[in-house]
Parts: sequence; structure tokens; C-alpha cells
Amino acid sequence: MLSAADASAVRLTLELASLTTALLLLLGTPIAWWLARTTSRWKGPIAAGVALPLVLPPTVLGFYLLLLCGPNGAIGRLSAALGLGTLPFTFGGLVVGSTLYSLPFVVQPLQNSFEAIGARPLEVAATLGAGPWDRFFTVAVPLARKGFITAAILGFAHTVGEFGVVLMIGGGIPNKTRVLSVAIYEHVEALEYSDAQFLAAGLVAFSFLVLLALYSLRADSRPS
Amino acid sequence: MPTLAPPDSHGIVCALSVERSGFRLDVELQIRGQGITALFGASGAGKTSLLRLIAGLERGRGSLYVLGECWQDDAKRIFVPVHRRALGYVFQEASLFPHLSVRENLGYAQKRRHSEPASVPFEGVVDLLGIAPLLARMPANLSGGERQRAAIARALLATPRLLLMDEPLAALDAARKADVLPYLERLRAELSIPILYVSHALDEVARLADNLVLLQHGSVVAAGPLGDLLSRLDLPLAVGEQAGVVIEARVAVHDAQHALTRLDFGDSSLWVSALNQPIGARSRARVLARDVSLALSPPGPSSILNVLSARITELRDQGPDRVNVRLLVGSGEAPLLARVTRRSRDELGLRPGLTVYALVKSVSVTA
Repeated sequence: MLSAADASAVRLTLELASLTTALLLLLGTPIAWWLARTTSRWKGPIAAGVALPLVLPPTVLGFYLLLLCGPNGAIGRLSAALGLGTLPFTFGGLVVGSTLYSLPFVVQPLQNSFEAIGARPLEVAATLGAGPWDRFFTVAVPLARKGFITAAILGFAHTVGEFGVVLMIGGGIPNKTRVLSVAIYEHVEALEYSDAQFLAAGLVAFSFLVLLALYSLRADSRPS
Repeated sequence: MPTLAPPDSHGIVCALSVERSGFRLDVELQIRGQGITALFGASGAGKTSLLRLIAGLERGRGSLYVLGECWQDDAKRIFVPVHRRALGYVFQEASLFPHLSVRENLGYAQKRRHSEPASVPFEGVVDLLGIAPLLARMPANLSGGERQRAAIARALLATPRLLLMDEPLAALDAARKADVLPYLERLRAELSIPILYVSHALDEVARLADNLVLLQHGSVVAAGPLGDLLSRLDLPLAVGEQAGVVIEARVAVHDAQHALTRLDFGDSSLWVSALNQPIGARSRARVLARDVSLALSPPGPSSILNVLSARITELRDQGPDRVNVRLLVGSGEAPLLARVTRRSRDELGLRPGLTVYALVKSVSVTA
């Protein structure tokens, strides 16, 4: 059954995924909104930058985060000077790494649904006296509801399943950065196959349920 | 170009221009602060662009004063954003928010209205557009005509000082159009705010508009009262099959036996199919140039009901074989257009000043 260490890994994973999802939505929404509506020549480069984690090996991202946020990195020096310490091998480091790594999974569905709304409903709202924030929250957000749900599920699930970045930047410290995927890895290394099996099967079931929820959501997403 | 600066005037005063790839709009206009003013022209003439500039949905250069309020004045660095302009805008296609019921759509406008609710009571607007039975429905479950009526009601509940309508009937089929038109006529009768109405359908304009702005290739060709412009021979309006005048008349006599109604205007009158309107009611008759023939003497016994004595004021060639003739009916000032062949003109010796008999073969009556 679940050992205390593994239970802690499950708890840590859920905490990490929840916090990361919240951050992703906060950060991804303005980026997606801007990408959906801008005609700036920066659109291409920014979109490509956001999509990078889709193609990069997670170890590459983790490696650079480690360099940048470590004691000798630019961000690391800054955070140390501000009295925040350095991010690597902390839970905060995991959150930052996971957020960056899952960003495209949140930005792209949001951007797609913002683009699908088109300019017209927002123009209508403006002619009815709604200012920019009002238009965003009363028209864009409800019309992009399915996009938000998709983005949140994908961001959460992708963070739960993340391994490379969290291993690089987190290191697998029990109760601090040892999340599920790292725990499975360690069980396998120690030849504790039954423990690994238990966690791995749990992840498979969880992932399947998430995707099932996602697809049934899409199936009835035709406009009512 | 003189600077237009009577911001205290009671109309719409604009000098606006915008340039996009391959298109230039440059308009200087003064529009009366009441009634329906139609922006009319072929597609690509700049009608919708002008409307969007006035709404502030697009930004051009120049100045715009609406009923004494400055909405844009580049010289003063003023550009009021759309949501602070007290306007209502009806888009060409259905524009109800799909995630809100009809009642919630109306509520959205009401909550953000530009002035006190008392000026536009909810029930009054709902009745005016006949949408009471639709309030609980979602936009997806409405017909095109119903959606458009709800969208008009929503625009009115924003308590606009100016109502802008961009071809509100263009996306509807003929039957739906016929559903909505009477409601637009009621708007004209019951609203005190000016309406700018974009259209490329002359029959719609002839039915609804009081004033007409004729646009071509991004500039104003002519602007003025509808009746004046429709009876001018020098405008593109006189070219097509739809060329013709509108006559503002009054219901005078009902002939129940023959199902006819007599409309009087000046010292003349027209018999039309029975109207369901009280004696004295105002009515607008439309007479197309192609439905008017001319004779030098009163015709003998004939099946034509309407023969008007009229004086020719102007003739103008229209194509290789046709001539447009402008006349004034009776001793009054009501103009009439007739289209005859050049041969008839020569054989009858039609010329300005001549008094003739106009044989009107068909009259359509609107409201």
C-alpha cells in the first residue's frame, strides 16, 4: 500500500499541480488574449517562445532554469539579493519550472477560443457601453469558457505527469520536491517494482480519466 | 475645406476621412438631428465604413459632433471611445450574445445605459418590437427576424442619443424582411432620436428614410430630403429600374365596395389598394418612373385609375432609347418621374413647361 513517503509524494504532486494551474491561468490568459488579438510583428516570436516547451526535451529547460536561478545565475543573484534565496531544489523552483513547461498547454487552447470569438461580440459590447475590462469579463471569458476548462485540465494533468524539469530543478528531496513521477523513478531504480507499479497504475488511471473528461467536454461543446 | 465647428447644432456634423489599401473615404456631412437618414450606395461605396467611423469602432481623421457633443476632434485631440458614446448600433448579422438569453441580452444594455431608464422603459421597447414572447429564449433558438428585432430592442435599451443601423435587413430573406420592416416603420414613428440607416436597397430606403445621403467611391455625391433626391435626374438614383419618387400623402377616402383607398396630396390624389388606416393618416406612396406614361390629352375611357395633370420641368436622356422626365403634379410641388422612349418624346414634343397627363400604372404604398 501507500507508504508515508509515497503519500507525501502524492500530496506534493497535487499541491504543485493546483498551484501551477492557478499560476498558468493567471499568466496564460493575458498572453493568449494578446496573441489572439494583436497584429504586432512580435506575435510570431512570442508565440514561438511560448510553444518552445512543446518541442524541447524537459531536461534542456530544467538545465537552463538551474543555471539561471542557481547562485551564480542572473535570476538567482537577484532573488538572493532580495532575500528570497535561490529557487533550485525548493518547492518554489518546481512551481516556476512546471509553469514554464506547461505554458503552451494553457496558452494554446485559450488563444484558440479567444480567436474563435472574433471581434464582433466585443464590438457589440462596446456599443452597449461596456469598457475594455467589462467586455473581457462579461463577453470574452464566458464565450471562451470551454477554452478555460480545457486549458485548466491540460495544465493540471501535464504538471502531474511532468518528470524531466522537476528532476533537474527539484532533485527529488522527500517532502519538498519529491513528486510522484520522481518517486516512481526512484522505486524503479531501487527495484521496488510493486511500489512503482502501484503509483504508475494510479497515474495511468488518473490520466485516462482526465482525458476522458476532456473529450466528453469537447463532444458536447457544440454551441447550444 | 472650412472647419465645421458648430458643436451646439442639433444634428450630426462630421468631417471624417480614412484611408486603407485601395480605399479612401472622405466625407463632410451635416445630418439633421431627427428622423431616419439613409446612407445609400453600392457595396464598396463606404457606407459601413462611415457608420463605423461615427460609432468609433474604427478610427479615422477629422471631427465629429453629435447633437452638440464632441465625439472626435483631432484638432483638440479628442477621441471618445465607443463605450462612452451614447449610441445604439444594430449590426447586419445577428449579434445577440449567444451565452445570454434574450432577456439577459436586453439587461446587458440596460445595466450599462447612457442615461436614465425612464427615458426608455423596458416594457415599451419590448412591446414596440414585439419580443415579449421571446424573452426567455436563447438566441440560437430564434429566427433571423426575431434575432434582429431583439438586437434592435437591445440597442434602444442602451438609451442612445443616436441609433446606427448597418443594413439590418440585408441578412434576411424576403419573408423575414417583411416581418421586420413594419417594426422599423414603428421606430420611425415613435422614436425621437435620429437614426442613421445604411442600405443598398432602394425599396427599403424609399419606405423608411426621411433624408438620404448618397455615397459613391467613398465620397458624398448628394445629401438632402429623400423626396428631393429621388426626383433628381442628375443622380445615379435615376438610372436603374428602381428609379422613382415617393409622395407623402394623406388617407382621404375608403371605397370599401372596390377595396380601394384614395390618397390626397396637394390638389391631386391617387387611388391605391385598400389601406387599413384611418382617414387623415399619413401615408407614403412610391411611384416608379417606369410605371408612368405621358399623354398630351386626357385619355378616354381607360382601365387606368390614376391620371394626374402635371407640368414637365426637366428631361434627360437615359440610355440610347429612353428619356427620364421630371414633372410637378397639379399646381403643387410634388415631383413625379416618368420614363418614356425618345421616340415618344419627339412625337409628343415633350419639353420643359408643357402640361401633360401622367398615366400612373402602379403605386406601392408604404406605411
